[in-house]
Amino acid sequence: MALQSLDITRRSATTTPSPGQRRTMEVAKLIDVTKCIGCKACQVACMEWNDLRDDVGINHGVLDNPTDLTENSWTVMRYAEVELEPGKLEWLIRKDGCMHCANPGCLKACPAPGAVVQYSNGIVDFHEENCIGCGYCITGCPFNIPRLSQKDSKVYKCTLCSDRVAAGLEPACVKTCPTGAIVFGSKEAMLHHAEERIADLKSRGFAKAGIYDPKGVDGTHVIYVLHHADKPEIYSGLPKDPSIGAMVELWKGATKPLASLALGAVAAGAFIHYVTKGPNEVSEEIEKEFEE
Amino acid sequence: MKRDPDKLDRYTAPERVNHWLVAFAFILLALSGLALFHPAFYPLSQLFGGGVWTRILHPFIGVALIFSFGSMFFRFRKLCVLTPSDWEWLRHAREMMGGDDRNMPEAGKLNGGQKLLFWLLAACMTLLVLSGIVMWRAYFSFLFPPAAIRLAAVVHAATGAGMISLIMGHIYLAIWTKESIGAMLYGKVRRAWAKQHHPAWFREMTGGRK
Repeated sequence: MALQSLDITRRSATTTPSPGQRRTMEVAKLIDVTKCIGCKACQVACMEWNDLRDDVGINHGVLDNPTDLTENSWTVMRYAEVELEPGKLEWLIRKDGCMHCANPGCLKACPAPGAVVQYSNGIVDFHEENCIGCGYCITGCPFNIPRLSQKDSKVYKCTLCSDRVAAGLEPACVKTCPTGAIVFGSKEAMLHHAEERIADLKSRGFAKAGIYDPKGVDGTHVIYVLHHADKPEIYSGLPKDPSIGAMVELWKGATKPLASLALGAVAAGAFIHYVTKGPNEVSEEIEKEFEE
Repeated sequence: MKRDPDKLDRYTAPERVNHWLVAFAFILLALSGLALFHPAFYPLSQLFGGGVWTRILHPFIGVALIFSFGSMFFRFRKLCVLTPSDWEWLRHAREMMGGDDRNMPEAGKLNGGQKLLFWLLAACMTLLVLSGIVMWRAYFSFLFPPAAIRLAAVVHAATGAGMISLIMGHIYLAIWTKESIGAMLYGKVRRAWAKQHHPAWFREMTGGRK
């Protein structure tokens, strides 16, 4: 939900420029998975700030609670027990939520003008007043993030606290994180901070430590530091090489102009045919035959 | 329509009503589908009460089309079986469009083009229904994996555009061939019209008499 409208770089289903007079600094949220203790304070802060309460669910026997993102839970901790080397158990905890892609599949797929917007700071936001509830954004998202509400048939997801960021504050999850696993700042500063963290991790024996800022979606504005950056999928299914994908590109790319052109061509062809060839009528010869 | 007892019965009242129900549902589907397909057509959503109503109504109108076209399918499927003569007719269709019908094999009640359109529409409709179910987020999408929904989106958009093109062609040919819209509205055609456009059917109906 946007509070400001002067720094929009892209709006869904819009072919003209968006109000973008104001330029803002490109931001990023860095989630250092190696520092996360899985306390879920970020989940609580997210609910508090956005004033949303999920239904009280049931205990599934694991720490994941709720077990998936919902229209009320825009971020969830995902816990994975992984044994990369026999006898060496690793507990990998990842805070899941919207990645705020530089090339967002949700925005590309959305048919409702201005229901998905991207600010010049990189945040991808849903404008629920414009949402028509078709769920195309869910189809377009490479990370399976948006959730359709049963209550109002609108989609919801992490806003990266666009309202707080617009007022110069950090996102609520960042504010509350007790270990400093979540930090927020300019994308440049976050990448620099990540480099330092990776150097530290490498010196501690995590040779494959690295940053997750996937190029397939032109980078993201939520980035991870992973101890095993070569195997992102072990972090509860973080996609290894996410992209919008050929089907969505085809659907929202080539099909649109080609189909529009085809329909125009049929209409123009019909008109030209009628004007040049004239109507198909009963011939004089047959008409005479039937005149008494 | 001019009253004339000599006119030939071409379509029964139930056939005509069925055709126009299909036509009405299809036009609503095409307009709402285009609104959801391309921003250039989004203003069409206003015809349905806005974007949200367009999203709600489109699939239900689709259900109406399944039933109305389904009924039409069973009415016309036998009539639409393509014979060797129909294929021959189709091979000469280009000359026909150019205004020269000397080499056209004699068409029956329906010509090869009309029959081919029937089967193409049935094929499009099947693809649209199957992909449409997968895309129907409110009731069905949760049953399918994302890859299936993405494929369905492409199939639905491409087939929809194909079908709109076919129907635009169908409408044009009805305008081009004078008196054929009247045949579908009132059910009757003049004998001269029948002999001109559907000679084999004309003979069958009249034994060749005027």
